Amino acid sequence: MIDGYAVPDFISDFWHYYIAAITAAGILFSLWLLKSQSSVKPLAPGETAELMHPVWDGDLQELNNPLPRWWMWMFYMLILFGIVYLVLYPGMGKFAGTLGWSSAQEWTDEKTRVDAEFDKVFQPFAGQDLMAVAADPTAKQMGEHLFLTYCSQCHGSSGQGGSGFPNLTDSQWLFGGTPDDVKSSIANGRIAEMPGGLAGDEQGAKEVANYVLSLGGKPHDAALAAVGKEKYAACAGCHGEDGKGMAAAGFPNITDDAWQYGGTEAAITESIVKGRKGGMPAQLEMLGENKVHLLSAYVWGLGGGQKPAPVVAEVAPVDATAPADAAAVDAAAAPAVAQ
Amino acid sequence: MEATYNYKVVRQFAIMTIVWGIVGMLVGVILAAQLIWPTMTEALGPLAPYLSYGRIRPLHTNAVIFAFGGSALFATSLYVVQRTCQARVLSDGLASFVFWGWQLVILLAAITLPMGFTSSKEYAELEWPIDILIAVVWVAYGVLFFGTIMKRKTQHIYVANWFFGAYIVTIALLHIVNSAELPVTLTKSYSAYAGVHDAMVQWWYGHNAVGFFLTTAFLGMMYYFIPKQAGRPIFSYRLSIVHFWALNFIYMWAGPHHLMYTALPDWAQSLGMVFSLMLIAPSWGGMMNGIMTLSGAWHKLRTDPILKFLITAMSFYGMSTFEGPMMSVKTVNALSHYTEWTIGHVHSGALGWVAMISIGSLYHLIPRLFGREEMYSVKMINTHFWMSTIGVVLYIAALWIAGVAQGLMWRATNSDGTLTYSFAQSVNAMYPFYTIRLIGGTLFFAGMLLMAYNVWKTIAAGKAVNDARIPQAVAA
Repeated sequence: MIDGYAVPDFISDFWHYYIAAITAAGILFSLWLLKSQSSVKPLAPGETAELMHPVWDGDLQELNNPLPRWWMWMFYMLILFGIVYLVLYPGMGKFAGTLGWSSAQEWTDEKTRVDAEFDKVFQPFAGQDLMAVAADPTAKQMGEHLFLTYCSQCHGSSGQGGSGFPNLTDSQWLFGGTPDDVKSSIANGRIAEMPGGLAGDEQGAKEVANYVLSLGGKPHDAALAAVGKEKYAACAGCHGEDGKGMAAAGFPNITDDAWQYGGTEAAITESIVKGRKGGMPAQLEMLGENKVHLLSAYVWGLGGGQKPAPVVAEVAPVDATAPADAAAVDAAAAPAVAQ
Repeated sequence: MEATYNYKVVRQFAIMTIVWGIVGMLVGVILAAQLIWPTMTEALGPLAPYLSYGRIRPLHTNAVIFAFGGSALFATSLYVVQRTCQARVLSDGLASFVFWGWQLVILLAAITLPMGFTSSKEYAELEWPIDILIAVVWVAYGVLFFGTIMKRKTQHIYVANWFFGAYIVTIALLHIVNSAELPVTLTKSYSAYAGVHDAMVQWWYGHNAVGFFLTTAFLGMMYYFIPKQAGRPIFSYRLSIVHFWALNFIYMWAGPHHLMYTALPDWAQSLGMVFSLMLIAPSWGGMMNGIMTLSGAWHKLRTDPILKFLITAMSFYGMSTFEGPMMSVKTVNALSHYTEWTIGHVHSGALGWVAMISIGSLYHLIPRLFGREEMYSVKMINTHFWMSTIGVVLYIAALWIAGVAQGLMWRATNSDGTLTYSFAQSVNAMYPFYTIRLIGGTLFFAGMLLMAYNVWKTIAAGKAVNDARIPQAVAA
């Protein structure tokens, strides 16, 4: 049994003795079997093997050649190897073997060694501003490696996502695109769930879908949209009366062109009927702070990263005609996040 | 009636061996092509789901193992047991039941697997009603086989029958234990075992399906058809005793090597590895007894393509049974597991050993079942031999390289500890090897078509033998 591991290999010592006994008996049986048939000496030059008496099916007979020596010794050696191995390593029931090896221990040792080695590589970037990290070519390359290892399965190797998996390279963010938002999404994960069936049956969903299309000013069936408008009330709680969603809570804007599950009438109808269960798993516990930090910088730097809103933004009067700096533009764009 | 052998059941199974061989290998070729062109079957529209990779993969394995291999074993074991016991099968009715029962199992598999019904246990995917049918047919087969042995006129039981007998008993045990399951509906059941126990029972079954269905039984085939075709006595009775008992005994322990570095306790993994390594000896004992039987008759290899099939099969057997134990060594397994190497290893056994010994045996058997001196065209057998051999070599060499490349790509790391290659990149690297594998597999499959033609012409010119007399004199 391994320290810190709750389940013992054997529920009682009986099974330990049982395994050890049949293993030993098995090896002894193999030895005895081999010994019982290997007493005959090899044939002398010119001597021929005995032809056994019985004949089957007209002409089938057996010679009785002695066991080829090389084969016999190979068998003995393999048995010997087995015995030595079972003394050194676990195998005979709960006997741990004289080397004290276990696969769990081997893994722990290797992980500790490797973590210590590579933390040195990640350490220089720990605690640095994410935007600065994103600009560093070394960090960017490591970030890409990490991304390809841990993120590309869903978001694609270039980060462009796919149906059901958000594109990380555009400026449409479900949960915000500032460095802190991105890091929080990676570290703690996100849940983006929409309940199905709020618009009644398939027909109801289709009506609402057309109303949703009308909200975004897209081609739609006006008659269906008119009926759907009333049923949309069930959706407005999250997506807003105007369909612009609520970025802070992760409720998507459904009037733009960024559709995670498709923006056709059929796709929207399907989303409304079945609901959607989006989720990004939390990575902090598995990857650790250093890797999450590098990954956050890399993802932020993929093209869609937004600068944090300037602290002064609230007091400064927003003047549409004034030349806004890049941060203000990005901050203003932030509410218009993807659906 | 009593004085003749029942060739009917042998004939039925022999023909179906070729039919199912072609079907099973065709599915294999489709699968190999899907790995290169994953969307190739999408054009079939509503039929596409039935041909999706996940559904026809078990169809392929079940078809080649149990339909092709199984029919070959039924045909040869029932032929061998009758002839070496100088006795007609215990019951013609039972023989008929075994044939039609087994065909029904295959038919049901061919319907339910593409429909997606599966217990999800490898090589035991069939759902519970079919499991019960298999058990019933298998027990009938056991009664038929051992009943025939009981009424033998010869004093001693011929060595081939030891191997057939061991396989029949063991497969019954393996099938019944591993298929213990709780039915929920007619098409859905849950295994009686949970978690790592389920995995261990499954691979105890899975590896012994290889050990007993695909090894012990085919050694039975070897022990009859090689000495018959070579006209030479078996090399060593003594060796057959050691390797028979050691093989059967040690195989039973080897299953855990399929679960290296998993939740299976270390002790079980070690035992799996130790006994797998020991298996080299009894396996090579069988190979030697096959190949050395030819001593004094080596020249026949030059002229007899049937012997070429049989002896090449023994060589592939020896190679696979060395490769397998090596792959069960923990450190090797860490590289080879989950890679194409495993698939390559399986096929060097399945095509090189199992299929080639079956094909050789059938070429010996077919003319005798249809009252002919030899096959319609011996030249075609020779062509078939080379197609098969080149096909297997291309197949396994491609997958060796592919597997080792995969294993190395998966473990390659950058200087920052991240993986050098994403999984998709390792898949991308497989294209050339998948292509060579498809060529090799297609060549092997085409060989089967040639065989079917040759058999067709042989049968057309022959006449079913139903009056093969049982010699009354018993050689002492």
